[in-house]
Amino acid sequence: MPERRTSLNNPVDEASEELLIRRIRDGEHDAFYELIRPYERRVYAAAFAITRNDADAEDVAQEAMLKALKNLRQFRGESRFSTWLIQITVNEARMRKRREHAHVVEPIVESDAEGNYTPRDFADWREIPSETLERKEIREKLAEALSSLSDIYREVFVLRDMQHLSIEETAKALGISTASVKTRLLRARLMLRDLLAPGLGGTWTTRLHFAKGTKPW
Amino acid sequence: MVVNCEKVWREISNYLEGDVDDNLRAAMEIHFQECKRCHAVLDGTRNVIDLYGDERMVEVPLGYGYRLRRRLEESTRPSRRTFLGWMVAAAATVLVAGSFEIARSSAFRRPESRSEHARSGSGVPPDMMVVVSTEGKLFHVAGCSFIHDRVHVRTIVARDAIKEGYAPCVRCMKKYLQADLRSPRPHELPIRS
Repeated sequence: MPERRTSLNNPVDEASEELLIRRIRDGEHDAFYELIRPYERRVYAAAFAITRNDADAEDVAQEAMLKALKNLRQFRGESRFSTWLIQITVNEARMRKRREHAHVVEPIVESDAEGNYTPRDFADWREIPSETLERKEIREKLAEALSSLSDIYREVFVLRDMQHLSIEETAKALGISTASVKTRLLRARLMLRDLLAPGLGGTWTTRLHFAKGTKPW
Repeated sequence: MVVNCEKVWREISNYLEGDVDDNLRAAMEIHFQECKRCHAVLDGTRNVIDLYGDERMVEVPLGYGYRLRRRLEESTRPSRRTFLGWMVAAAATVLVAGSFEIARSSAFRRPESRSEHARSGSGVPPDMMVVVSTEGKLFHVAGCSFIHDRVHVRTIVARDAIKEGYAPCVRCMKKYLQADLRSPRPHELPIRS
């Protein structure tokens, strides 16, 4: 897959990160913010993908950071620090969700969908330019489409395609097999593609003004 | 190798991940050129990945970074707070112990004489019964005409009168004081029990 364009990909130099971790372990706790700063948005996003609530996501993000600080000595450097941090966040968010929904009858655990997914048939796909993301309503519609996915698909999609974790890292963070990650990722991507296509997910696309005055689809 | 649409849909995600072997990749690429529908699926899926992978899609609430930093600062402060707490506790302990010591020493300290002009009563036999008045400063032999407040008088032994700070009346106790003119002041004397 081609290199992702975003700055989230590898925001810090691993050597300087390692040095920073050593300083914090040696008692320089004030340096911890410097360590987590490049990941603060990603941690929030991971928390939000699971809790789907602003306040909970922020609280979970803070708790996850504190837990990371407390357990920094347990970080062996076998994985990237960001992966380790996201893993803590996912666990924290899941615990929060379980705690807050303890009174709700647990739904039947979703399993990876059997069979093939048939993508909807559209004659062609007109690209949605990334420049449109400057518009809040576009971002909201994309977020809305993402929210409509089941938890198991949304979590994988967020970690792999938004957090840019590898397939293996995503599997580790979620505690599932890489095969499951791949299956869920395929389904999530195709479902989102269908949700963003014309005639589905509302009429929001009609407000877009693209070059040549045509809709992107 | 020839692939059909179903196979392409199953593998399209892996194809975008670069996770298919060369033969399958080549076959899929041929298929995309020939199948408009699968080409649209490929374009749409790739577009979805690009859009959601953009950092602008990760929105955080206003003030999130500030609140996070403050929380972290608070969490790293307890060690200092604990140190400060220990310092305060130690200071309080010293103060309490000090005041206790002062109180204790006051309790055992011989009281100052009630009058700076009074003479020491050390020459007076300690078991001798004397009379003191509540408002007075001297102790007297019963019947002494210099007892001013005769209403609020009580009889105690000289030792206790001295302990309470009373000084001997220079008139009725005169004979005991002659021999003791150079005696130390009451607070310098050991208390005899």
